[in-house]
Amino acid sequence: MSEIMFFAFRNAKLRMGLIIVLFFLLLGIFGPMISKYQDPLDYVGQGYQPPSKEHWLGTTTFGQDVFTQLVYGIRSSFFVGLVGGGIATIIGLVIGFLAGYEGGWLDELLMMLTNILLVIPTLALLIIVAAYLPYRGVFIQSIIIGLTAWPWTARAVRSQTLSLRTREFVNLARISGRSHMKIILYEVLPNMMSYVFMVFILQFGGAILAAVGLDFIGLGPSRGISIGLMLQNAVLWNAIQLGMWWWAIPPGLVITLVVGALYFMNVGLDEVFNPRLREM
Amino acid sequence: MLKATNLSKAYSVGSLGREKFYAVDNVNFEIQEREIVSLIGESGSGKTTIGKLILRLTKPTSGKIVFNDLDITMLKSLKEYYKHVQGIFQDPFSSYNPIFKVDRVFDMVREEFYPSESVNSWKEKVTGVIESIGLNPKEVLGKFPHQLSGGQLQRLLIARALLMETKFLVADEIISMLDASTRIDILNILVKLKERGLSVLFITHDLSLGYYISDKTVILYRGSIMEYGDTEKIFNNSAHPYTKMLLNSIPSLHQKWSNTDASLSGRSAPVGYCKFYDRCPLGDERCKNIELRKVEENHFAACKNV
Repeated sequence: MSEIMFFAFRNAKLRMGLIIVLFFLLLGIFGPMISKYQDPLDYVGQGYQPPSKEHWLGTTTFGQDVFTQLVYGIRSSFFVGLVGGGIATIIGLVIGFLAGYEGGWLDELLMMLTNILLVIPTLALLIIVAAYLPYRGVFIQSIIIGLTAWPWTARAVRSQTLSLRTREFVNLARISGRSHMKIILYEVLPNMMSYVFMVFILQFGGAILAAVGLDFIGLGPSRGISIGLMLQNAVLWNAIQLGMWWWAIPPGLVITLVVGALYFMNVGLDEVFNPRLREM
Repeated sequence: MLKATNLSKAYSVGSLGREKFYAVDNVNFEIQEREIVSLIGESGSGKTTIGKLILRLTKPTSGKIVFNDLDITMLKSLKEYYKHVQGIFQDPFSSYNPIFKVDRVFDMVREEFYPSESVNSWKEKVTGVIESIGLNPKEVLGKFPHQLSGGQLQRLLIARALLMETKFLVADEIISMLDASTRIDILNILVKLKERGLSVLFITHDLSLGYYISDKTVILYRGSIMEYGDTEKIFNNSAHPYTKMLLNSIPSLHQKWSNTDASLSGRSAPVGYCKFYDRCPLGDERCKNIELRKVEENHFAACKNV
């Protein structure tokens, strides 16, 4: 454990990714408190204003404060990442463990389900589901994303479980009278912790991107604000053509940085857990 | 004490699993109390599968295993059975979960079988058993598996089996990963356990080890029993050509190996024929449907020449 911590702190990619993600996480948590305006949708000043002391990132066409919108958007993005990515990871783990460990007809059934979900284009499914909802909030959106993002996790976890279950220590636990549930939780899962951790980070980034994609095509939350909605509005009101870079660039930059940093963390963790990938 | 009747385990092979491959094919044997039986066979002969079937790590395709009048073939709750029947596996390093300390295998036994036992009295018990098999508890407890030697790990697993009311032990190649000096220690522990009233199924591919330790011997080839009986009788008066070939292939000093014919052939015997047919120097059309036949008292062989 201490060895892993040592390599984790020494790994530049992991450190950089972590710092960027933490920075935006703190901005998402405390940003709404330091911003001068409470409601991101409130019309608080003149429109078309470039960044100034009064409006740190300028205002929109209608006079809403871009900085306030951005920090609230970051907050909702992290929320989607946490809930959506979390749900996808948990479902993927449960299905992967059950299919891999129990085998037989249960395996066939669960993998059939997984494969079906895997070949359905997720975005199309999300559009259909989102279009039928009377009211769309960030929470519902995260759940929909979580419920559609798990299949590849399930497949990967299943194959890892298949290889772990043939190890002798699993057999030893079986002849110690351990139940299947306990074997999965106490024998198989601890050996996959590093992998589970990385899966969660990837799902976290994936969920954020999926949410931005949905928001951008107009299926975002019908109340409140999100990074994707900001992007959509900026494009809708010709922010770029009108030279309002302060409206269009920041949300795109934030998304790029956060998701990029998450992927960096993932690569870094890969090196931490797998000595063969370490750069000496 | 433990009796296997017409035991078979088949795996589906080929496209859509249309063909069956018999890893264990219609095997019958019996193990008495205070008896060490060695199960000898080459790689792929099904000896590990038989061990797994007895431990119910896999279910048989047909046939049954009876332990003290209890049919365990399709038994649902195995906890009571595992109190009496335990196993030790080939690779000591993979028998322990690498990220936990070795003590965990003992704690697992307490949690599952003796939950009423207090932690302290259990610790005393563990220490006592570890001492009884010639290890220093201070040296081994609280260590991670990679900090101990294969011999120590394997002995700890024997200690684990002794913590329960084990009456029957499946020892699957338990010394093949150890070096020669440690091997004899472990074998001697097994012999001592036998005197305490334990039966052992000793699975090995090494004839000399089998001879050293066992009362009875089962010679297995491609999932079928070729010869079965008292160890002395099988080694001194072997009746089956396969056994004879195995005995000839034991390396001994002052003898070149090239003189021994133990060639492998890729062919398999025709259906219904003796499994050894294609490699047997005596093979002919009479080798069909051979059952185990009595050679002498407590000695059986599956060959037409008996």
